[in-house]
Amino acid sequence: MNPGVLTVYRWELRKLRAQKRTYLGLGAAALVPIIFVVALATQSGQPDEVAFGRYLHDTGLAVPLVLLLFGSVWMFPLITALVAGDIVAAEDRHDTLKGILTRSVERQQVFAGKVLATFTYAVLAIAITGAVALGAGILASGFNSIVSLSGTRVSATEGLGLVGLSLCFYLVPILAVASIGLLFSTVFRNSAAAIVGTLMFSLLVQLVGILPGLGALHPYLLSTQFNAWQGFLRSPIDWGPVIRALWVCALYAAPALFAAVLVFLRRDVAGD
Amino acid sequence: MPRVTPQAIPIEVRGLVKRYGELVAVDGVDLTVEAGDVFGYLGPNGAGKTTSLRMMLGLIRPSAGEVRLFGRDPQLGVKALEGVAGFVEAPSFYPYLSGRENLRLFASLDGGDALERIEESLGIVGLAGCAKDRVGGYSHGMRQRLGIAAALLRKPRLLMLDEPATGLDPGGMRDMRDLIRELSAGGMTVILSSHLLAEVEELCNRVAIVRSGRIAYQGSLAELRAQAGDSYLLRTSDEARARAVLAAQPGIEGLEATADGTRFGARDESAVGALSLALADADAPILELSRRHATLEDLFFSLTEGDAPPPAAPAADGAPRRHPVEAA
Repeated sequence: MNPGVLTVYRWELRKLRAQKRTYLGLGAAALVPIIFVVALATQSGQPDEVAFGRYLHDTGLAVPLVLLLFGSVWMFPLITALVAGDIVAAEDRHDTLKGILTRSVERQQVFAGKVLATFTYAVLAIAITGAVALGAGILASGFNSIVSLSGTRVSATEGLGLVGLSLCFYLVPILAVASIGLLFSTVFRNSAAAIVGTLMFSLLVQLVGILPGLGALHPYLLSTQFNAWQGFLRSPIDWGPVIRALWVCALYAAPALFAAVLVFLRRDVAGD
Repeated sequence: MPRVTPQAIPIEVRGLVKRYGELVAVDGVDLTVEAGDVFGYLGPNGAGKTTSLRMMLGLIRPSAGEVRLFGRDPQLGVKALEGVAGFVEAPSFYPYLSGRENLRLFASLDGGDALERIEESLGIVGLAGCAKDRVGGYSHGMRQRLGIAAALLRKPRLLMLDEPATGLDPGGMRDMRDLIRELSAGGMTVILSSHLLAEVEELCNRVAIVRSGRIAYQGSLAELRAQAGDSYLLRTSDEARARAVLAAQPGIEGLEATADGTRFGARDESAVGALSLALADADAPILELSRRHATLEDLFFSLTEGDAPPPAAPAADGAPRRHPVEAA
């Protein structure tokens, strides 16, 4: 079989499995929900000011939803950036691009494999957070019905489906962050700069969101799209923010990936 | 799709240029490496050897000129690297993977039956015993050998090696040379860059000597030696008088005063014979008059360290070309 994108993808996953940073990111994705639930269980209070915060003691289904809100500030962007910012730059750090680009796979195939591996890692991170948060939340607060943002009560089973859907949709802005991380990783050729750059980008976008007088920009900020999943928890489903998040995130991700591909295809692999 | 054929020329480089802003790293290089050659790409550090090799492997875009590997352009895709393998600068690997896993990775990216050649390649370079260890713990020499093993996975017809002996201890250098000789004897064409004259002299049948990004000589070592000619050394009891005789003597040229005496070139041996008689007539007794063979080292330094720039016009394909700086 001729080598191609899937070959690169498989080896990128193997490389990720062999690196500590992968486990650091996925470990954080698992640990944060546990810490959150333990903290919740040891006190009677709850974050009433955030959506679903008041139901944390009533149902475990609220735990992943509240974590999605908290995590959008820096946790998930950082976990994503840990790999997205490193996956191309690491080749520069180890000077290994010259090795893989003189085999029998084209540059675009190498890049596509890296994009797929990064996205896989991001999916895994969200899946781990969701699964651990649900498990720990249900252990602590039970598998009970939840009140939607429209005030209607949703059965536990239906609520579980909506939580799953929300977690899946949360991947849309996460993958946009991953795309920006990939761009920085390709352009900076330095892992630390790319990881910090991705996080800084994420924080700056949020800063723009709280600046007075820029309200008109809010619907188009990447940070806003991290709340789009809430549309699924209204009755009936509010598709407006969901659909907008799809194209707004695409507007962030597609140019970033396109620019990254162009740089990767055209760059000189000249060493230091 | 064109296939690699034994008839295709392994490397043809025409007018290759690489500029980095004002800096011209490679300046109009023309090279032809024929099938079966062990071709030495020789020059001091910073002469542009590695940049040239990177362009030949498609890692760097040339500013001008073109490269053909077995007739195909490496800038157009990795198909041109079919039958080609090697490394530039020190071969690099993923330090968190074992030697064998690194080779598995490369073999997977090679496709075909490369995976089946891993153990054989490890055996050839003598790394079978430590293939399970992480490359992060490998010595420089082990990485060099793993680099060769990674190249052999592709069953190359053309092997491109950049300073393969750099950083190796004497035993490692000997092993590397033996391996290159062995591979060459098996029909593989090899181009190796080096700043080590002895290495090139020992291994290569043809060389290109590069200086400041330009080819100063290209051809066989035998032709280079033949072109160098010989010089003579004269020592007398009266150097001033002897030099006056030398200067006036027909067929004598290129006088150079050295600590050992006066060095000069002669049109032929009869001119030297006439000189000895003239010195006796001038009452300048000869203490020493001997022929000095030009060493490759003399030639190398004269080609790479002279003040005059290399010639602008490229040599004809495969034709030897001398830099105008006088050798010997």
